Amino acid sequence: MSIPRWLTLLLIVLLTLPAATATAQQDTSAEALLEQLADASPRETESVIKTIATSGHERARDWLDAYGNNRLSRVEDTGQIVIVLNNRGRDWEVADAVTGENLGEMSRRGLDRIAVNNAIRRQLEGVMAMMDLYDSNLDVREAAALDLLGKVDDAIVDDVTARIDEEPNADIRNRLEQAVAIYQVEEQGSVAAVDVLAGSLHPRARAALNSAVASEDPALRAPAEKALGSIEQKLKMNKAAETLYFGLSLGSVLVLAAIGLAITFGVMGVINMAHGELIMLGAYTTWGMQQLLPGQPGLALILSIPAGFLVAALAGIAIERSVIQFLKGRPLETLLATFGISLILQQLVRTVISPQNRTVVSPEWMSGSLVINDALSLTLNRLYVLAFALVVFAALMLIMRRTRLGLEVRAVTQNRAMARSMGIKATRVDIMTFALGSGVAGLAGVALSQLTNVGPNLGQNYIIDSFMVVVFGGVGNLWGTLVAGLSLGTINQLLEPWAGAVLAKIIVLVFIILFIQKRPKGLFPQKGRAAEA
Amino acid sequence: MHVTTFKKQLASVVAAAALSAGASMVHAQEDTIKVGILHSLSGTMAISETVLKDTVEMLIEEQNANGGLLGRELEAVVVDPASNWPLFAEKARELLAQEEVDVIFGNWTSVSRKSVLPVVEELNGLLFYPVQYEGEESSENVFYTGAAPNQQAIPAVDYLMNELGVERWVLAGTDYVYPRTTNKILETYLKDSGVAAEDIMINYTPFGHSDWQNIVSDIKTFGSAGKKTAVVSTINGDANVPFYRELGNQGIDATDIPVVAFSVGEQELSGIDTGPLVGHLAAWNYFMSVDSDANYDFIDQWIEYTGDEEAVTNDPMEAHYIGFNMWVKAVEKAETTDVDAVKDAIIGVTVPNLTGGYATMMPNHHITKPVLIGEIQDNGQFSIVWETPATVAGDAWSDFLPGSRDLIADWRAPMRCGNYNVKEGNCGASAGEQAMAAE
Repeated sequence: MSIPRWLTLLLIVLLTLPAATATAQQDTSAEALLEQLADASPRETESVIKTIATSGHERARDWLDAYGNNRLSRVEDTGQIVIVLNNRGRDWEVADAVTGENLGEMSRRGLDRIAVNNAIRRQLEGVMAMMDLYDSNLDVREAAALDLLGKVDDAIVDDVTARIDEEPNADIRNRLEQAVAIYQVEEQGSVAAVDVLAGSLHPRARAALNSAVASEDPALRAPAEKALGSIEQKLKMNKAAETLYFGLSLGSVLVLAAIGLAITFGVMGVINMAHGELIMLGAYTTWGMQQLLPGQPGLALILSIPAGFLVAALAGIAIERSVIQFLKGRPLETLLATFGISLILQQLVRTVISPQNRTVVSPEWMSGSLVINDALSLTLNRLYVLAFALVVFAALMLIMRRTRLGLEVRAVTQNRAMARSMGIKATRVDIMTFALGSGVAGLAGVALSQLTNVGPNLGQNYIIDSFMVVVFGGVGNLWGTLVAGLSLGTINQLLEPWAGAVLAKIIVLVFIILFIQKRPKGLFPQKGRAAEA
Repeated sequence: MHVTTFKKQLASVVAAAALSAGASMVHAQEDTIKVGILHSLSGTMAISETVLKDTVEMLIEEQNANGGLLGRELEAVVVDPASNWPLFAEKARELLAQEEVDVIFGNWTSVSRKSVLPVVEELNGLLFYPVQYEGEESSENVFYTGAAPNQQAIPAVDYLMNELGVERWVLAGTDYVYPRTTNKILETYLKDSGVAAEDIMINYTPFGHSDWQNIVSDIKTFGSAGKKTAVVSTINGDANVPFYRELGNQGIDATDIPVVAFSVGEQELSGIDTGPLVGHLAAWNYFMSVDSDANYDFIDQWIEYTGDEEAVTNDPMEAHYIGFNMWVKAVEKAETTDVDAVKDAIIGVTVPNLTGGYATMMPNHHITKPVLIGEIQDNGQFSIVWETPATVAGDAWSDFLPGSRDLIADWRAPMRCGNYNVKEGNCGASAGEQAMAAE
């Protein structure tokens, strides 16, 4: 009797098991959905994400967003699913995923992260973009449609197609059609879809066409090749514009780094090897400002412009007063002494601040790029730096040409004795000029903090380039520095695609050496009596 | 007359100095075990190497708090080779000949290691080298606790190929020996796996390269050819920050073209805003985010030691942790700090690593390590997405380079050779001699 009873029990358990899982599948309470997501095997994740996306929970998008950003975790002891609000340090601030209630800080040890990877993230992006398509905000919809390019898959293709007709905006409709067409070309080999992609410059569309060209089906290959051909032509134009922009952008960095030197070395004739470290000080000022104003990187950056100028100018005055004024007319000793100063400043930063690089955050308005079309976009941080370089240059020109200081500087450098006899305080002019050149180096540092590392070695990387630009442009000529910087940048970027970065740099160096052999005074030599002095 | 008195004086001063130095050395020998630390504290490499000096000092402090070693105190002897490669050799000589240290923990770059090799072989020292490197070396006096290419590069490429279905490859690196050798190995490996030559793009940039516009734009074009593309980056140190910034700004998303890096760790990421980089990958044998008690304890200890709540740990630090514990265990096993005895005793020594497993010293002086692939998160940490099922033993001589495939290293008796050619049946010149010849 006992055996059949045992059997019946087993049977009941076996029969109820699938039923139990089935009810779990249908349970659409928030807890259950999150629970499913946390427990899902890699294969199930896809369907769970879809269930959550279509569940209509008001916080559904927050969950998926947190999940994609590695911020969905389970508390080890209680099994509660939480969203991590702040994941820095050892104790993390968490909030209940279901209610959004802030639960305070919790030790990192007690949290189990719900794993996500690129494959899931890719799918998530598609699903979230899909959800955003129904947003009332036009910009959100537009971004979502752009996101969907290349991310449409079996799971959402029908929804996207359905959405095309409902979308009021023509541009967005167009994007969605392209997104669906990419899917159709890649997955179904649809010939009709090739035509939709024919005019698109987007890399994703090109990728889809390329895969069509590589396909076995000749009916698909021929139109794809034709479509690709028309794209290639447009791409070439865009590529040329892009290279020019890259060149000008690199050039503007060179100009910024060199223009302070154009004053201290070019106008005053002081070989200042610590110029790079003055740039570094400007960059560190930006970092310091951001530390003082946490959460406001943009404001901090703008305030850093005057602050960076002041810090570097004061450092310049200190260097001038303590060392350079005693070495007037002894270039070799000035070179060695300022080289020493540069090493001292580097090590000072290493010991006082840290040998590690410091994080300088880019403000929101400087990240990303300005989209001209799908193939050509100008990176914003470099665009700002380019504009900044031109503004700094114009301001310097004004100071040198239109102010009393500029007049005195020119007088003192052209004929010191004569200027002094006219009542100009030559020493004071020396200090002011050196401070101006150093301050401009500080400005370069503020700009460079947005492009490269802020660390003790920052200055070293720019000192050689700076001297190169000043010498190439013609010592003592600000216009020369501008032209030399921009042209060297452009030459470098033109050479780079076919010569490689290492060789391009060498070729530019060799070119400058040969050029200086032929014209020792650079592009724009100073003329007249000033040149002989 | 005057000269002789001066000479006499000089002689007596020298003699006194020698005597006192000798006396203090005997004194030191009796009292403490000296541990040399050869990491740059100034110059370009200070950014990476200073934390390693601190790590060894922390481990020494802990060992002393637990009663020292063989009943004696450990004493750290710190020198600063200042990121200057020839100075590394001088400082190593100073450590071994003057300070008479029993072991050295040090070096980061391969070129500095090559500079030190002849010295440690000549003076029979012990060197623990904690950084991932290009392989193709095994010295009797060096223990390689970082990853060899088969413990980092090859598994990472396998992951991309098998899990992400990558078919097109950009191998981007800084122009020096580690990236060039690694890329040579990877190129052969990829071609052996059936990747066509036109699907591989190789690019080298100078040290500290900061203008990545063109290269990133090229990668973007290369990646739009209709096949899944990935970038394998051996870009070193500082150049990574502008590279990743440019990637973010040009809108290259990890879901489109993932970048897997071999030289970017927590330390490097602490200098960047990682928001736009989420999802890009790195391959290491340790991440700070590893979920194990040993790791959490180590992090607590490190934060306490540095007094910095934000301090991060990284892979080379774990390598020193393993190396230090292996050395301690080998000294306990040999019951002496004598170099030859420790060298023999350490082979086969097993210690816990920080990822919840164990590391064993192999006869070729490399260790066993798990290989982890992590994705960058927005907090500058990595989340682990894949790991090898078991630990992988380091291979000193790559199977994917001509000339190196026939070599094996085994420092046990009777072979005791770092580059035994199994085809020809002979042992080549030592690593130090080869380094000298290369100069």
